[in-house]
Order: sequence, then C-alpha cells, then structure tokens
Amino acid sequence: MRPFTYERALDAASAVRVAAETPGAKFIAGGTNLLDLMKLEIEQPARLIDIGKLPMAAIEDTPEGGLRIGSMATNSHVAADARVRSRYAVLTQAIVAGGSGQLRNKATTGGNLLQRTRCAYFYDTTKPCNKRQPGSGCGALEGLNRNSAIFGASHACIATHPSDMAVALAALDARVETLSPSGKVRAFPIIELHRLPGETPDVETHLIPGELITAVVLPPPPPGGQIYRKVRDRASYSAGLASVAVAGRNVALGAVAHKPWRAVEAEGALESGGSPAEAIAAELKGASDNGRNGFKINLVSRLVPVAIEAARQQGNGA
Amino acid sequence: MLIRGDLRLKTTIIVNGEARALDVDPRTTLLDALRERLGLTGTKKGCDHGQCGACTVLVNGVRINSCLSLAVMHEGDAVTTIEGVGSVDKLSAIQQAFLTEDAFQCGYCTPGQICSALGMLQEVADNWPSQETADLTGRIRLSDDELRERMSGNLCRCSAYPQIVAAIKSVAGELA
Repeated sequence: MRPFTYERALDAASAVRVAAETPGAKFIAGGTNLLDLMKLEIEQPARLIDIGKLPMAAIEDTPEGGLRIGSMATNSHVAADARVRSRYAVLTQAIVAGGSGQLRNKATTGGNLLQRTRCAYFYDTTKPCNKRQPGSGCGALEGLNRNSAIFGASHACIATHPSDMAVALAALDARVETLSPSGKVRAFPIIELHRLPGETPDVETHLIPGELITAVVLPPPPPGGQIYRKVRDRASYSAGLASVAVAGRNVALGAVAHKPWRAVEAEGALESGGSPAEAIAAELKGASDNGRNGFKINLVSRLVPVAIEAARQQGNGA
Repeated sequence: MLIRGDLRLKTTIIVNGEARALDVDPRTTLLDALRERLGLTGTKKGCDHGQCGACTVLVNGVRINSCLSLAVMHEGDAVTTIEGVGSVDKLSAIQQAFLTEDAFQCGYCTPGQICSALGMLQEVADNWPSQETADLTGRIRLSDDELRERMSGNLCRCSAYPQIVAAIKSVAGELA
C-alpha cells in the first residue's frame, strides 16, 4: 500500500472542502473495496478522508411517502430495515445477494454505488486496462471477457459495474443526493450517476471532484410486484453474471453494462402490450457479443421473463 | 476540524474490554494492529483481501473482516477477538461445541469461524434477512440453508463444513 495522509472528517462540509483541495483525494467509509484496491496499488490516493463516523446513517420516512437512506447506512442495516423489507423488497433481495455478511456489515450505501469493476484486467497490474491506466488499452476486449458488458461498451472498455444494490435502486427510480465543495446540495436520478465508458472509462461517474453522496432517496414504491434475481457461478458470495430487478413496470439489469442498466426498450415493449419474452428480445437487439460473453445474451433472455412473470404474480396477490 | 496523520497516528481501541493505545502508520490494518502490535495472534491472516473470513472479529458486536479496515478508522470502537471469546481454561460454549463436533482439522480458519458465528447468531436474533429468507416480513428460523448462506464469508480449506454447521447449530438455541 502506498503512503497517504489520513484525515478523519468531523463534518461533511469540511470533508468535501478538503477533498476538493487535493487531486487524488478519496473518501473512505466502509473501505471494503477501496482498501482491497489500495493493497494491490490499483488505487493510490494521496489523501484519505475518513467519513465513516459522520452522522449520515439514518433511514427516514420522506413527506412524499418514500424513504431517505443516509449514505453511511450500512448495506446490512438497509437490507434489514422493516420499511425496506415490506415496501422495497427488491432492494433487500439485491443487497443480500451481494458480498458476505462481514462485507455487508461494513459496506455503506454510498460506497456500494462507487465500488469499482471486478474485471480481471482492471485487477491485474501486468495487463493493459484503460480504466486503471488510461491509454494502455483494453485487455478484455479480445481477451478473457466472459463477464464483460453486453450493453453500452466502447472500444476502450467493456467492464461491468458489480453492484447488486444499484440495480434495485435503478428499478425503484431512486435519486442520489450530494453535497458539493461549494456547499451546493443537488439530487438527480440514480441512473444519471454512472457514465458509460466511452473514451474515458477511468471517469466512472458524473460527480465533480470532492462531491460527496449524502443520501439515496426512494420515491413511494411503484404499484405491482418487486423481485431481484441474480445468476452467478456459485450460489453465494460471488459477483453476478447477470441480474435483474423488477419493480412494478420498471426493469433494470445488472452485471451487463458499465452502469446499472435500465431496460427502457423492454419497458416500452411491455407498455405496448408485448410479452415479457418479446420485451427482453427488444432490449437485447442492442446487445453485443465480444467472444466469450455472448452467453449472457441467452442468459438475460431467459432470466428476465421469469422475473417479470414472478413480479406480476406477486402484484396480482398470487 | 479534522484529525490528521501522515507517518504516525495515535488511536485508542477497546480490545476485549481493555483500552489499548496504538501509535501506528495509518496504512496498518486492524488485523495487523491486533496481531503485530497487540500480540493477539488468535485472529488469522488468510487472503488479506476479504475473501476467506479468517480475520473476522466483532466490532461493536458486529462481525467484519479486520483485514479490510484500517486501525485508525476504529478510534473508540470495541473490538472482540477470539481471545475475548474464551480462554483455554474457560472455553465459551461455542468453542466447546467446535471441539465436541470436531469442527476443524488444521484450525487456521476456526477463530474467524467462531467470531463470525457469534456475529451471525446475533444477526438472526435481530431478525436480519439473508438471501435464503423467503418471507422478508416474518420471523427468521435458522435452517441449515440459512446457516450455510450466512456463513459463506468464511472458508475452510479442510472442508469441515458439516461439522461447523453442527457446532453452530448446537449452540444456536442458547445464543440466538
């Protein structure tokens, strides 16, 4: 691990100010992903700002009938919250499908959203990776790309975003609340947090330097059933090969793109009366096969209709 | 406004009920602080990347991977290691259960398994769900499937899993 200056923030305002002052500064909360990457020297922050003890862990009802989840709320606490379990079951299901008990106890809501890809070329410092080292190339493009993206990839990067939680949040139309170094507070749809790789896969979000995620806000739950389904190589404690979150009429996919993938083509097809199978076929018209990840197209075509049907049955009280 | 440290940083952690003052390089993980600074070598280093669970300890009663946390992030926290669970002269019920059920061969993963099991049983008592929980709004019953899923963050390369499940089950009634 490279040396860094450690600072413990006592309030959010000073944390964002200090972060904006230093290029390469990073916030640390749970640290489960960041410290792993720092040990491998993939992440080399000059300054670590510990926000883990800031009072931003509350889960509160909103006047609109939704929930505001503080960014320091641990994955375990969010998954176990009685309101989340009864009204946003897809979120609990997605969270408990990720990581291990120990990791979920440490990982925070904000940190989960900002975790980095598990692409093997990102982790292997002897291989080219435009995300780790811009301009070095993409080893996965014509390499071992079994778990790479089938949607929205570029010639510079075909990595996927590994979060399960974010897929459920995308299906629930969650909004992200942030605090900027200038003191400005803003909120925007979660689907606008992450970027597609394009020419700059090292730039993963639309956050500005020093901007801190303070909360995730859920609108009232959409009418209809909710379900999260994940397919992976082993039954527990493994990143997904593909996953789907259904919340009412909303469908989001995981482990298939550089960001949680809202399946708008499928939603449109369902809206105009298409069957679940026709709907996902419409979405998959935009999918690409890079050699070893083509099986994901089949996988998604089978996974999604089952999840949509299961959510519909729930919605009908079956 | 900020507590800051470059080369060294003073931190006090309550370890097994005792306040322990540390003066460490901020890169020191909680795991290395426990083992190398405080001489508590019961907590084991396996993968050092959060994949094996050998380093599991309880922080404020909650199980975490001590390898994926910096010691300086735990100012004022209460840490319980295997040394705080029981001793050779006074084994805790779960330690005795691991002996009775023969729940290990080499024993390297055992401290992590035991600390993880203690945290896991509290999570069940608090009715926290897992991916094996079909009814998210009901009371959780610790079935074998639930137990295995909840312990999936602890690997045992000797593969004593059936005995580990038996040992944890044998004390679950009294602890959970």
